[in-house]
Amino acid sequence: MQITLNGRPLDVAASTTVAQLLTQAGYAGRRVAVEVNQEIVPRSRHEQHPLAEGDRVEIVHAIGGG
Amino acid sequence: MNDPKLAPLDPLVIAGRSYGSRLLTGTGKYKDFDETRRATLAAGAQIVTVAIRRVNIGQDAGAPSLLDALPPHEFTLLPNTAGCYNAADAVRTCRLARELLDGHALVKLEVLGDEKTLFPDVVETLKAAEQLVADGFDVMVYTSDDPILARRLEEIGCVAVMPLAAPIGSGLGIQNRYNLLEIVENAKVPVIVDAGVGTASDAAIAMELGCDGVLMNTAIAGARDPVLMAHAMKLAVEAGRAAFKAGRIPRKRYASASSPLDGTIG
Repeated sequence: MQITLNGRPLDVAASTTVAQLLTQAGYAGRRVAVEVNQEIVPRSRHEQHPLAEGDRVEIVHAIGGG
Repeated sequence: MNDPKLAPLDPLVIAGRSYGSRLLTGTGKYKDFDETRRATLAAGAQIVTVAIRRVNIGQDAGAPSLLDALPPHEFTLLPNTAGCYNAADAVRTCRLARELLDGHALVKLEVLGDEKTLFPDVVETLKAAEQLVADGFDVMVYTSDDPILARRLEEIGCVAVMPLAAPIGSGLGIQNRYNLLEIVENAKVPVIVDAGVGTASDAAIAMELGCDGVLMNTAIAGARDPVLMAHAMKLAVEAGRAAFKAGRIPRKRYASASSPLDGTIG
C-alpha cells in the first residue's frame, strides 16, 4: 500500500505499524514524534497503530532554531 | 560580588519554575553542535529554544542530534513554532513538540505574518494562544511591541510575553523603548525581549528598562566569535538587571560635581 511520509509517497507492506515504519526508516529508539493524518500517535501506541492506505505520516524531531 | 550583604540577583520565574539566568538563547545558525553547546554554556542559558521539523528520511537517521548536545535533563527546552504562518500550524507544531519532549508543556508561540519582516501576525497569534492555553500549554508568546496586545495575551493566560526589540535577526537593537517600558509596567507575567538584539549594550538596555529577560539567537550565533559574544551577553544581562534593581540616577541637563566644593585650595 502507499502512504505519504513527510510529504513523499512511500510503499509499505499492508498493515505496517508506526513502530515498524520507524524501524524501517532508521528511527527506532530515536527521539521523534509521529503524527498520522494530523493526529499525534503517542510513543506508547506506536506498536499498536497500523497504517492504512493513503495515510499521511509525519515524523519530526528537534533541530536548532531561535 | 565580594560584599556579603549584596544579595544575589533574583531568579526569573516562568510557569512556577525558577531560573538563575535571565538570558534565553536560540540554537539555530551555529556551525555545529559543539559550537552550539559551547555558546549556550558561555551564555549561562538555562532555557534554550529549538525548532520542530520533519526528519530527512534516508539521510539523518543515525546522525547526532541537537538533543545530544543539549539534553533535556540539562536544559529547559523551549520548542518554537517558527515558520508557522497560521494558528492551526502553530498549534499542531506545539502538540508534536509536547509528544517529542514527553509531555513538556512549555512552548514558544510565534505566528509570523510576513517573510520579509518576520513580524508576528497578531490576529493568528491571539487565536493560537487561546487554543494552546485551553489545551494546557504554558505559552511564552512572541509578539509585537504593542502594550495593548501584550495585555491581551497576558489575559488569555500566556506565562510570558515576549515583545520584539526589532525584526528577528536584524540586530537593530531596541527600537521603541517607551513601548517596552509600558509593557513592563503593566505586566504581571515576565516580559522577555525576543528578537532584534545586536550586541551586548542592546541586551543591557532591555534589562535596564525592567524587562525580565532577553531571548536571542542571531546576535550570538552570527557574531565573529559566538562563544565570546555569548559570554558578553551573559554579562550584559546580569549588569542590566543589577542596574535596574539598583535604580539609575535621573538624567539632568547640567553638571553636578562629584567632589565636595568645600576645602578647595586657593
